[in-house]
Amino acid sequence: MSERPDQRHRLRVGIDVGGTNTDAVVLDETDSVVATAKRPTSPDVTEGLRAALDAVLAELDDPSLVTRVMLGTTHATNAILERRALGRVAVLRLGLPATTSVPPLSDWPADLRDVVAAGTAIVRGGHFVDGRPIAPLDTDAVKRFLAEVGSAADAVAVAGVFSPGSADQEKQVAEIIRAELGDVAVSLSHEIGSLGLLERENATVLNAALYGVARDVTTALQDALDSRGLKVETFFAQNDGTLMAVDYAARYPVLTIGSGPANSLRGAAYLSGVEDAIVADVGGTSTDLGVLVGGFPRESAAAVEIGGVTTNFRMPDILSIALGGGTMVGAEPRSVGYRIGREALVFGGPTPTMTDAAVAAGRGTVGTHGVPDQWRDRLAEAVARADELVADAVDRVALGKADRPLIAVGGGALLLAGRIPGASEVIRPRHAEVANAVGAAIALASGRLETIVPTGNGGNARAALIEKAKEEAAARAVAAGADPASVQIVELSEIPLSYLPEPAVRLQVKAAGPLSR
Amino acid sequence: MQARISTDDVPALARGCAVLGTGGGGDVRAGGLAARRAILEYGEVPLVRLDELPEDALVLPLSGIGAPTVSHEMIHAEDEPVRIRDEIERIFGRPPAAVMSSEIGGGNGVAPVAWAARLGLPLLDADAMGRAFPEVQMVSMYVAGIPANIVIMSDVVGNVVTIRPVDGLWSEQIARAVCVASGSSALMADYVLTAGECRGAVIEGTVSRAIAIGRATDGAQDPLAALQDELGAVRLITGKLTDLDRRTTGGFVRGTVTIEGTGDDRGRTLGLEIQNENLVAVEDGRVRAMVPDLITVVDTQAATAIQTEGLRYGQRVTVLAWPCDPLWRTPKGLETAGPRAFGYDLDYLPVEKIAP
Repeated sequence: MSERPDQRHRLRVGIDVGGTNTDAVVLDETDSVVATAKRPTSPDVTEGLRAALDAVLAELDDPSLVTRVMLGTTHATNAILERRALGRVAVLRLGLPATTSVPPLSDWPADLRDVVAAGTAIVRGGHFVDGRPIAPLDTDAVKRFLAEVGSAADAVAVAGVFSPGSADQEKQVAEIIRAELGDVAVSLSHEIGSLGLLERENATVLNAALYGVARDVTTALQDALDSRGLKVETFFAQNDGTLMAVDYAARYPVLTIGSGPANSLRGAAYLSGVEDAIVADVGGTSTDLGVLVGGFPRESAAAVEIGGVTTNFRMPDILSIALGGGTMVGAEPRSVGYRIGREALVFGGPTPTMTDAAVAAGRGTVGTHGVPDQWRDRLAEAVARADELVADAVDRVALGKADRPLIAVGGGALLLAGRIPGASEVIRPRHAEVANAVGAAIALASGRLETIVPTGNGGNARAALIEKAKEEAAARAVAAGADPASVQIVELSEIPLSYLPEPAVRLQVKAAGPLSR
Repeated sequence: MQARISTDDVPALARGCAVLGTGGGGDVRAGGLAARRAILEYGEVPLVRLDELPEDALVLPLSGIGAPTVSHEMIHAEDEPVRIRDEIERIFGRPPAAVMSSEIGGGNGVAPVAWAARLGLPLLDADAMGRAFPEVQMVSMYVAGIPANIVIMSDVVGNVVTIRPVDGLWSEQIARAVCVASGSSALMADYVLTAGECRGAVIEGTVSRAIAIGRATDGAQDPLAALQDELGAVRLITGKLTDLDRRTTGGFVRGTVTIEGTGDDRGRTLGLEIQNENLVAVEDGRVRAMVPDLITVVDTQAATAIQTEGLRYGQRVTVLAWPCDPLWRTPKGLETAGPRAFGYDLDYLPVEKIAP
């Protein structure tokens, strides 16, 4: 490490690819923002990423001081929505003779299934809720399936019934796949999602389908960094507001989906210094509202649908409303998007937008032109409508607590009024327009685990199982890039299960820590 | 009534069953997926009225039982109903002529389409509850006095258990124990009965009603009004969910939901007592609807039913209530599934008397 620059001068770059803009920031060793840039997101994503990276590096005296790059990107989401660059996946469920009434991929849109499925099978295996096997794993059937479809598959997804409680069979299958097919990518459901077989299986298959996309984006980022002479470590932002090292992201690309809102929440917490708050991120076409609890995003309890596929991994609990800086007044919810710089009245364009309305209402000064008088009445009405939309959304996400501040971030944050019903105050931190990129740059690395723990006979056994779960979550955080010495358990929830013969809880553990030095 | 259930009917049936679930009855998603697949694989399912069946035709009431958490993970085996059918043929000397849903509310209202398709049997346009209830003895056959003298269970690995209990209480206890041994998931047939015995002992027309309820909101200008109209329901309140006090005791979820009126209902507050289902609605200390009448919370915009576990602060909801089947209003019906059966010290009053 001797060629590395002095620690005090080390810099890191955070990049967040959003629907409208790609933002980049540079932070120094004290986490102060030293440079920011905002560029339009390009259709291929990568071009906009390079542009934002170049713009922010151009502000530095010595770009070689950059040692780390953290990227939050929509590559994976776009690939699924557009059915593009997805790998072909052999889908193996362990559960026979159970589960046959709903085979794998039953609820997938036909076009996505055609693109992704290399073959599906259900073989004997899986577990009951109490850990007993449904059947011993049918290793011969696994091998037969691999022999049939292995050559057509880019990856294999494996989902066993109750594997979040009993993972041994999935691990055994992974070994068989390695022995039979060499180093083909394998996605195991107990590492991806929580209870709910169909949803976890779906997330696992999507994960397997995204390996190629993950490889492409990693390569594109690495090329961009190499061609600029940067020797850096790279990390990817995931949907809970934490980071994973690039080799970890390569194994769990599905976890990058939804990282944008999580980044903006974390960035808002950091820039404002407030850890419990409502965050409103106003973009070009929409405003995302979320809630910070102890500095982390509050998570959604509902199932998440991606490209028509229902999954169950945890995402920030985000309420999106169709209101952004580019929203066209009188043609809501349509937006001029990234064309705001030539469409909006304040830029001399022909289209009245919410940005014009905010300027006319005296909420900020933007652009090169004044707002023509003939628009003033309609713009005033638009601001009043927008304020109502925001107040209603704030009330919905606040869960009845009106004592928390609202942190206004994002490129369109000037739309938000100085006082909002349901919030104790409105905080506008410096660099709020790039909060999401800041969030990526300051994030911790984390690991999470979900399992079922019987709580009936003897408190000791339960305590030991919870301890084991904590250790496993911490190990996963370290695998994601966290410093082993400073990993902490940041979340531990026990949810009692109803209707079961033996008392049991669903245990969720999350560990997080700063990246290792 | 329509003659057959096709894949096009499944989403409407699922929406309708969710409405009739009155907050409980389990998720309709897996049942809907199984139904769709089974129709594609084995063909559309004829829907028959009770009077279309010969007097001595055997009717097979089926329901999935077990823990809701387990049902999200342990998907049913396709052949579970086949083993029950075979067992019935062994015992009764003839196969069943139709499948019936034991509980139209929730997932057990949708999944029977899959089971009937797999067996190549018609589905009887009837069920044993007309809604959802949490306990297996809360069925119309019990209220009608038909002895619970046989229960047949089939599990995911292929075990078949036939119980000949001395009464309904033992039936429940032994069935629970078997279910636990089978991993807290099983398919169950109780009260195997003839079409003749079904008369007056089942609630007729509930499958086509569920489909009609699901269809009512399709393309409607005002989905909520359309749903209310289809149900013949009283709108108890339209407002915002402002408090949710939920606790798990003895394996059952209990809670109180508070809904504050908005718009025309501003200034009013409705309290809803929930267990697995919505059970009692109270306003200003006055009960406005109670079990066994049906109380469902729907999204005010989309008019889709919200299950008790899906209730969240801030949701814009409307609470609808409408009369249960007359069978539940008999003394035996109220003893079985009236307010006192759920621990509420209330004398039952019909919703149409107390709600308006």
